[in-house]
Amino acid sequence: MMLVVLALLVWIAGWWINTRLAEGPQAGTRAVQLLVPVIFGVTILIVWELVVRGLQVPLVILPPPSMIAERFGSSMPILWADFSQTFLKGALSGYIIGCGAAFLMAIAVDRYEFLRLGLLPVGNFVAALPIVGTAPILVMWFGFDWQSKAAVVVVMVFFPVLVNTVAGLRETTAMQRDLMETYAASYWQSFFKLRLPAAMPFIFNGLKISTTLALIGAIVAEFFGSPTVGMGFRISTSVGQLALDMVWAEIVVAALAGSLFYGCVAMIEKTVTFWHPSQRG
Amino acid sequence: MKSILAVLTVVAAIVVLWYAACVPMNIKGVLVEAERAGAEVQPPSAKDRRDMSEFGLTINNNFAIPATWEQARPRLPAPHQVAVELWNTTVGKKITSKRSLIYHGWVTLSATLLGFAIGTGLGILLAVGIVHSKVMDMSVMPWAIVSQTIPIIALAPMIIVVLYSVGVQGIIPKAVISAYLSFFPVVVGMVKGLRSPDHMQLDLLRTYNASKSQGFWKLRLPASMPYLFASLKIGIAASLVGAIVGELPTGAVAGLGARLLAGSYYGQTVQIWSALFAAAILAACLVALLGLIERMVLKRMGIAS
Repeated sequence: MMLVVLALLVWIAGWWINTRLAEGPQAGTRAVQLLVPVIFGVTILIVWELVVRGLQVPLVILPPPSMIAERFGSSMPILWADFSQTFLKGALSGYIIGCGAAFLMAIAVDRYEFLRLGLLPVGNFVAALPIVGTAPILVMWFGFDWQSKAAVVVVMVFFPVLVNTVAGLRETTAMQRDLMETYAASYWQSFFKLRLPAAMPFIFNGLKISTTLALIGAIVAEFFGSPTVGMGFRISTSVGQLALDMVWAEIVVAALAGSLFYGCVAMIEKTVTFWHPSQRG
Repeated sequence: MKSILAVLTVVAAIVVLWYAACVPMNIKGVLVEAERAGAEVQPPSAKDRRDMSEFGLTINNNFAIPATWEQARPRLPAPHQVAVELWNTTVGKKITSKRSLIYHGWVTLSATLLGFAIGTGLGILLAVGIVHSKVMDMSVMPWAIVSQTIPIIALAPMIIVVLYSVGVQGIIPKAVISAYLSFFPVVVGMVKGLRSPDHMQLDLLRTYNASKSQGFWKLRLPASMPYLFASLKIGIAASLVGAIVGELPTGAVAGLGARLLAGSYYGQTVQIWSALFAAAILAACLVALLGLIERMVLKRMGIAS
């Protein structure tokens, strides 16, 4: 019971510090803006730890964070094997293939008005559908290994990137296009010098949405069948064995991979679209 | 008019491509059946055929092409097979039957709607808190944004098992998964919406001496509606995915996800495809319904263009 009371005290203390920081004179500085969410996160972890230990919550319901960290540290080799199977082989290769194919398709769609009128409504429609459902079919076609996961990822990322790229390529104003015309620029010259750079913010928007979709696709596809390695496989079998600390360790890996992947794409965006108002601030 | 024509052309092209793809996908299975039935197959032994390309087989055995669209368990079912299966399992069966897709669809839909309602409600509440409290904004908002880059669906199997071991089962675990998938998009969209009134409008309310709650009900909430509906559309699609994925790890017996899983265990491809299309139709209907409500609400409020 002492621990639960302690947890309550920690929560109040954390909230008090954050209130002081957020309403203090330093609230606008970058350090405080970073510090406040970090304090909030650490407070939650401590409260979680104390409450789980204090109330003696069974391990099959919720393991304490310290145990998850311990498991994370002790099963590094397994986690790395799962990570490389699911992320490096499945998600990343599918992401590159899917985004590349969508980009080429978008150029074709942009070039031919008829294709744009016909394909864009279909693309918008498909982008809202539960595409994860194609996973059992693709697993049946491409086998249990990473190829089928990559195929699911390709299907999942294709339409968001396509729709965003097509929208981006139409972003230039008539004035700008007229200017290129007066320079007697060819289609490809005005494409590479004007319309592609103008489309970059939209393309990166699609690419950023797709990073999460790629990981979701690769993990869910493993629920339908996989070799005995992979994040989705480990999660579903560890749940079956009630080894919840392993499941949480795997979720930590997924969270790290997801945010790092997103961060990388956002970083590339920053260097490519340095001219855009949203990046200049 | 022209755009309808274009859409129809693209859809027709997809159907034609689909039929064409059925031939190489299914030709090997068809040839095995044809051989058993006593037909002349080139080359005659199954061992030679295994290493040949599907296209070569098709050219050598073009009599078998129509059969590729009629197989019982094809690798890729033809469109009409899926359509017939869809029709038989929706209209052709009583809705109480275990084989009716309407029954399975309802199981999934009820979990989706319950989860969506919970997720949206909590999301709006948190957004209101974030807009009115600077501490909450600074502590919670970064985590809400980061959480969108995390494949939280990986939590689904664990939630189901944990809730099951506490004694909760049935619709609730799936609804919980749906709820947290729709939660974060709603929070982020709603915060953006509640912040959308500009300084001029906020100043005007101040000159009226409006209280904080008056400002909320008369300015912030109405101004947030377009943003809310945009994120609701994302949220409901995510909810449906959550409910379907929530049916996978436990080996649920009812629901569209269960149909997908059972189909993939027993090689019933036509069943998988029809469940997939049922899910697609359901998602499209839900998004369209929200779009309709959005149009009516915004028109009533005078925002719609």
